[in-house]
Amino acid sequence: MSLIAKDLEYARDDRALFTGLNFTINAGEVLQIEGPNGSGKTTLLRILCGLINADGGEIYWSDQDIQKDRYDYSNNASYIGHHDGLKGDCTPLENLALSHALSSSKENFSAHEALEKVGMGGFEHQLCRTLSAGQRRRVAIARLLNSPAKLWILDEPFTAIDQAGISNLESIITEHAHADGMVILTSHHQVNLPEINFSTLVLGQTTNTQHY
Amino acid sequence: MNAFTALLKRDLLLAYRNRGELANPMLFFIIVVSLFPLAVSPDPSILEGMAAGVIWVAALLSTLLSIERIFRSDFDDGTLEQILLCPQPLPILMLAKVSAHWLVTGLPLIIVTPLLALLLHLPEGTLGILMLTLLLGTPVLSLVGAIGVALTVGLRRGGMLLTLLILPLYTPVLIFGANAVQAATMGLDVTGQIYLMSGLLVLSLTLAPLAIGSALRVSVS
Amino acid sequence: MLQWLHKLASPKIFYNLASRLIPWFGWSTLLLLVYGLYGGLIEAPADYQQGDSFRIMYIHVPAAWMSMFIYLVIAFHSAVFLIWKITISDILARVSALIGASFTFIALVTGCLWGKPMWGTYWIWDARLTSELLLLFIYLGYMGLGSAIEDRRVAARACALLAIVCVVIIPIIHYSVIWWNTLHQGSSVSVMNKSAIDTSMLIPLLVMAIAFKLFYVLVVLMRARTELLFQERKTNWVRKLIQEK
Repeated sequence: MSLIAKDLEYARDDRALFTGLNFTINAGEVLQIEGPNGSGKTTLLRILCGLINADGGEIYWSDQDIQKDRYDYSNNASYIGHHDGLKGDCTPLENLALSHALSSSKENFSAHEALEKVGMGGFEHQLCRTLSAGQRRRVAIARLLNSPAKLWILDEPFTAIDQAGISNLESIITEHAHADGMVILTSHHQVNLPEINFSTLVLGQTTNTQHY
Repeated sequence: MNAFTALLKRDLLLAYRNRGELANPMLFFIIVVSLFPLAVSPDPSILEGMAAGVIWVAALLSTLLSIERIFRSDFDDGTLEQILLCPQPLPILMLAKVSAHWLVTGLPLIIVTPLLALLLHLPEGTLGILMLTLLLGTPVLSLVGAIGVALTVGLRRGGMLLTLLILPLYTPVLIFGANAVQAATMGLDVTGQIYLMSGLLVLSLTLAPLAIGSALRVSVS
Repeated sequence: MLQWLHKLASPKIFYNLASRLIPWFGWSTLLLLVYGLYGGLIEAPADYQQGDSFRIMYIHVPAAWMSMFIYLVIAFHSAVFLIWKITISDILARVSALIGASFTFIALVTGCLWGKPMWGTYWIWDARLTSELLLLFIYLGYMGLGSAIEDRRVAARACALLAIVCVVIIPIIHYSVIWWNTLHQGSSVSVMNKSAIDTSMLIPLLVMAIAFKLFYVLVVLMRARTELLFQERKTNWVRKLIQEK
């Protein structure tokens, strides 16, 4: 199982965010994408999960082009963007139940276990809009644990999370990688993942980043 | 099918939790209709002639106002991305979204129609036809409207544009719907209109979910 | 054939071809316009019922035909763009919209002007004019959507999708309007009495129709060329072109 990006290319307005971008992630690996603001980190993540079409290049999941075989890929990839993807007027449990109904029947952890793991046990029945931003972020992480996804694509997962939450998320990521999962993430925070196969990809070096 | 019911249930639950807003499209519908006697004339013989048309136009405007919200909150909180990325056939999920919208906003319109028919002196015996055409027509309005919303949901100020996009597309429903009632008033046979409206409903039920899904994929990128 | 088409779809080849074709289309449009207008406005005999006012037909009818025809062209190119992702098709569809809307507008205005001597009023909710009016709204919506979306790629796909949705609905609108019209004013005089048209009147009309089509192709080529240069301004062939000038 692997995710391969081949010659990815994307331009915003007239400026190439990246061209000829190549990388591979195998089971058990974590990739951090770095770069200054406006260098295209979020765009790259959205291309990787299939929300945006790249201007050029292909993405292969287990040797299948994700544009052609969406089903297998969407079963195996899970994305957390800038927004948590939670309904404010639903409880964490209800939110997880919907995501679970939308994905296939398998799961890594049950909803209760997942919420327990991210330290949100006891908040199962509280409406999400009454939770703090950090707590909602944790519920979003619980959604990943509750899904069968092997590949996690996380855009700034550490935002708004407190110190204890950060180390909790780091251990969750480590555990996921040890279970042959893969993670692609962006973060301004220095990620501390000593025990796993960790690499970084820096955007915005070869391209002109002066104006945005 | 599991995903369809789950999404439908969620949207109905959300509507129930915001039940304060639930009455708004219906109130709008009633208010617009009750403006006409004030603006035109309270004379029953005049109202009688335009009752069907007024009720249909009001239903159309009310749908237009409420349809805009069908994807708005999902877009804002990121759940729309999750829906687009999930391994389920998108048209089925879109059908669930539109069904929920219709149950929450379209169906109440039909339920209050007898009251409005009374206010506008709709001729005796045509209320059934009016409600039947609304039952066949309002789902079409929701389905076609959702295409427009899906195309404009990513825009900051899409409101006026949405009106321009979908109102012209609503004309066939309006024509057949209002006309069926007028024909019934004159004692004519309306089977033709009812069949045509059923045809429109079937056509939009099959094609619109596909278009809504593709439009959302374009908008959320 | 397919290979040839694909080659044509390359921006550079399209640009060169368009540049070479533009003068041809320009002159033939001018020639046919002059001939058609002369035939229609001067040579053709006055109508026994309508007198000289029928002559507005030589603008109105071809413009109305074009308004529908161009929408079909837009829908066709939209489908090609969505299926094969050919950029030229997107450009052709998008630049056609303004021309289509203009023809629709012309058809409406001339229709109203013609209506005054015919019906004694500018507007009587005639079926054809009503459906032209709705078509104008659809054109405006299509153009509005294109200009409201900032990202060019998103705008292209959104417009293409809208065009295809509308092309399914337009015939329904058209026939429902006609049906509605026959119910409400079945006795009104139709401006176009197809069977009664004389050959001496018909030939200039057909010439005008062809002239309008050529004019459309001419304007599309000119606008597409400009748009293409703008979109491809970062590529090597455009830079070379600019240096040569």
